[in-house]
Amino acid sequence: MAVISTAGLARTFDTKRGPVHAVRGIDLTVEAGEILGFLGPNGAGKTTTLRMLTTLLAPTGGAATVAGCDLLRDPVGVRRQTGYVAQSGGVDPSIRVREELVTQGRLYRLSKAEAEARAEELAHELNLTGLLERKCAALSGGQRRRLDIAMGLTHRPAVLFLDEPTTGLDPGSRSDLWDLVRRIRAQWGTTVFLTTHYLDEADALSDRLVVVDQGRVVAEGTPTALKTRYAGSPDASLQDTFLAITGRGVAPQDTTPIAV
Amino acid sequence: MTTLVSDTALVFGRYARQTLRSKMQIFFGALMPVLYLLFYGPLLTAMPLASRGSSWQVLVPGLLLQLGLFGAAFCGFAIIIEKQHGVVERMRVTPVSRLALLLGRVLRDAALFVFQAVLVILVALAMGLRAPLPGILIGFGFVAAMTVSLASLSYALALRVSTPQSFGPLVNAVNMPAMLLSGLMLPMSLAPGWLNVLSHFMPFRYLVDAVRAAFVGDYGGTAMLYGVLVTAALLLASVATGTRLFRRAGA
Ligand SMILES: Nc1ncnc2c1ncn2[C@@H]1O[C@H](COP(=O)(O)OP(=O)(O)OP(=O)(O)O)[C@@H](O)[C@H]1O
Ligand SMILES: [Mg+2]
Repeated sequence: MAVISTAGLARTFDTKRGPVHAVRGIDLTVEAGEILGFLGPNGAGKTTTLRMLTTLLAPTGGAATVAGCDLLRDPVGVRRQTGYVAQSGGVDPSIRVREELVTQGRLYRLSKAEAEARAEELAHELNLTGLLERKCAALSGGQRRRLDIAMGLTHRPAVLFLDEPTTGLDPGSRSDLWDLVRRIRAQWGTTVFLTTHYLDEADALSDRLVVVDQGRVVAEGTPTALKTRYAGSPDASLQDTFLAITGRGVAPQDTTPIAV
Repeated sequence: MTTLVSDTALVFGRYARQTLRSKMQIFFGALMPVLYLLFYGPLLTAMPLASRGSSWQVLVPGLLLQLGLFGAAFCGFAIIIEKQHGVVERMRVTPVSRLALLLGRVLRDAALFVFQAVLVILVALAMGLRAPLPGILIGFGFVAAMTVSLASLSYALALRVSTPQSFGPLVNAVNMPAMLLSGLMLPMSLAPGWLNVLSHFMPFRYLVDAVRAAFVGDYGGTAMLYGVLVTAALLLASVATGTRLFRRAGA
């Protein structure tokens, strides 16, 4: 059963310098329990699509259902069942980690006791236990990112949207996060919709990939199918496949850092 | 309904705790009106400002609402910073009521400014203000209502602009004429006809007049009636505007 399905989902921004067609009509479906890698070069419309699917941004065209709820008619139903980790996070630097986690649980309508227990549990899962009494401003970039992810998992959502979840994480934390995502899916059947510029991550984690460029879907399939089709061999690198699909590489600052 | 109340309490709690952590912010807001009381009030005591009562009964209501006007209009600053940290979107993505996202914040603001209004009244009493207790309590009610409406509008505006630099001048451009035309400092009854007429188009004038009436014990007159009506209309319009912005906060 499709947990996410969109039909012609589009968003145009009106700016002083004319309209920006960020998303030009996206059709896709994501099955229950699937991990979908949503790829595309900078400015392709990934974040805009996620913001529409999480009810933050009204589409200017098309329709979608998320977790059985119509995006436009039942946004509250969508919100109850989805978690969202934004590309740039969402914690207040002046507030303590524990308070942010508990507040987040309460915003998702957990009782006070539940929210407090859940904060401990999440801190444990994301390796934040020793940091609960710190202000968010006093976390390192990677610790902050782990907190952002914990915030998105608070209510054990049926659908989890992760916008570049591992940007800024060290290799150890990245593979920990991959394990966590796999574990959540195995344990709770969570559907995961994630964007990333790390192609090794997309390759390792995703059941299926959707590649967008200039606001449109330009390719989709399992990593193996895409490699075979666009780079000529199932053993080709996803990097070459991505280049063949979009006609260009990922921006240099977004590629996996190479030790020099 | 019960979720609206508990959502509002939750949002209120978050921002109230933030305010309580900053003792500076709590007392600093009362400084300007207290300075007016100390160094401006004595200038007026000898002037025949009031048709009934003393000059203090004219000045102090103005100072209370000035506190609300200048304090509340700048409340939006905080949300611009929050927006930059992604906090607003993070909250909007949860099922929490949009009205509660606004009310929790503006009720915190109202609590803060009423507290500061109490400080101002205490100093004013020491300086020589004499006014009936019900009148003073009504005054606090107007400060709270004015804060809720102005802060709502301030948040609404702040959700639309992207930088604090563009927000400040905009607020000042509205606040200065609002202050001058509502007769906060001196009653508009002293104004020449054209100015008096013009000031009737400034909604806050009715609030100021109502609080001045309350301070001389006149609770049933037209000033109070108009004050209550204008306040109710302001509240409705501004809370609706603020909630709409939280519902679809654009960029
Ligand atoms: N609020 C906005 N107003 C105007 N244009 C916008 C707005 N938000 C996004 N855009 C534009 O829409 C396009 C898509 O942006 P989006 O953030 O969705 O890209 P992305 O695929 O997430 O890119 P990245 O990989 O860099 O995060 C870009 O051209 C961007 O400049
Ligand atoms: Mg993005």
